[in-house]
Amino acid sequence: MSDAVLQTVDLSIRFGGVEAVRHVNFTLAERELRCLIGPNGAGKSTLFKLLTGQLRPTAGRILFRGHDITGDYTHSIARRGIGIKTQVPNLFDGLTVREHLWLSARRTNPAGRTREIVDEILERIGIASLANGAVGQLSHGLRQWVELGTVLAGNPELILLDEPAAGMTHDEVARTAELVRDINRTHALIVVEHDMQFVKMIARTVTVMHQGAVLVEDTMDRILENSAVRDVYLGKHGGA
Amino acid sequence: MAAIAVGVPRVVDQFGLLQLTIFAAMCILALSLGVVWGYGGILCFGQSAFFGLGAYTYAVTAINLEESTVAVILSIMVPAVFAALLGYFMFYGRLSDVYLGVITLSVTLIFFNLMNSTAGDVYRVGTARLNGFNGMPSLPTLNVPGDPGRLLDPTETFYLVMAVLVIVYVGLHALLASHFGRVVVAIRENETRCELLGYDVRLHKLLIFTIGGGIAGLAGCLFANWGAFVSPNVFSLTMTSQIIIWVIVGGLGTLLGPIIGCLIMQYLATMLGTQQLANTNLIFGTIFLAFVLLVPRGLVPSLRRLGARLVGRAPARGLEPGA
Repeated sequence: MSDAVLQTVDLSIRFGGVEAVRHVNFTLAERELRCLIGPNGAGKSTLFKLLTGQLRPTAGRILFRGHDITGDYTHSIARRGIGIKTQVPNLFDGLTVREHLWLSARRTNPAGRTREIVDEILERIGIASLANGAVGQLSHGLRQWVELGTVLAGNPELILLDEPAAGMTHDEVARTAELVRDINRTHALIVVEHDMQFVKMIARTVTVMHQGAVLVEDTMDRILENSAVRDVYLGKHGGA
Repeated sequence: MAAIAVGVPRVVDQFGLLQLTIFAAMCILALSLGVVWGYGGILCFGQSAFFGLGAYTYAVTAINLEESTVAVILSIMVPAVFAALLGYFMFYGRLSDVYLGVITLSVTLIFFNLMNSTAGDVYRVGTARLNGFNGMPSLPTLNVPGDPGRLLDPTETFYLVMAVLVIVYVGLHALLASHFGRVVVAIRENETRCELLGYDVRLHKLLIFTIGGGIAGLAGCLFANWGAFVSPNVFSLTMTSQIIIWVIVGGLGTLLGPIIGCLIMQYLATMLGTQQLANTNLIFGTIFLAFVLLVPRGLVPSLRRLGARLVGRAPARGLEPGA
């Protein structure tokens, strides 16, 4: 357990009669890159909200590096080192790209070092030319990158990416996949994505969720051959 | 601003000087809401609660101590502490914007009714009679610290109030340029993102609200001094809506805006007070509506945008509180 970055134990949340996440037992190892897939409503984004404290679970526990963070405030979980790019980018529309990165890096760094980090990240993501423009006017794809950069600037130990390639052109998707692999050299990641091309580019281990529960966890190749997964995606599931 | 302040007493008569002194005091009040609402995004409809609390704190303390220094300090501290308590319940209770507006407005109206019903000899704090709706007259005015016999004359008071205005303005500029200030602005833009970056939104809101309360209290102290008088009207609906109008007219999200808005509206009020043709409140209401509908950003941001467009660049709104 000690080398697990993140572990959930029987994690569940119920909204009225709907159990959006059901008894999820999930373990993420150091430097692991895990893809989380599943049809709409499978509970992927809800799971992310539980992990970041935006929702409180009705049952189960969340352990981050062995610390129980279940029910902690969002900001204290972030302080422990979990960063998230949300499904719909959460940005400061009136502020510049540079401000975003600055606010993220400045929390843990002195002013001088913050400036260096901001420039590094702008370079790394390839958005240096947008640095001083307001974020509100950017396209969805660029907003995704700004949010990714903002998360990176805070240097969290674990990075959650909720649909990082949504709204991107083919070239942008490829560039994002490259970034994700690069980030994975130093950070553990969980990536939720619908775009199977993108998942194929980055995935090693894939977790498939369905109706709030983990359906199967395996390598990408074997997931693609898995008949249960195919049924879930094509809607031919029986029994559940 | 400082240059104007130094030159003014040489060219303006006594009456003009008193006018400018009260204008400047009110500008400080406008700044307090300008920072809480315009930068903190906190919809405070009851900024007059802190203003009035500062005024009454000064009055009661100055009468009791027959000296103004401690009274000035308390007139900042008491509203600030009250704002911190009120803010604690509002922000840590996760109340939404609409409720913040309703609660802060209710608080100032409660003070209004409370102070109105303190007529009679039983309502006194030490030697200070509260006097209900008649207000407290003949307050001791500011003296040189440590020398209660040496009172400030109108020119000195003018210098002092202008100096305080400049200090508050420059201080708020510095605060907003600091790490804390930039987080406050970021919270206005997106609370969720701030939390996800590890910033405690509640704490930041509480602090900026408390600072705003203290500044409003200071303005209240200067107001009470100016007329050597304070009445429950400092808590009234008219008072609190005036502050909101100043900020709306001048422009949310700037520091210069509330000052400009306050000066224009007060000048208008003074002018309109000398004529009988139209009701002043009616004209104020019309101006308020016109601004909300036609110039929703307020004067300063609109003019700044216009200027930027003429120069041919669109600046990002937000973190550079440059005036």
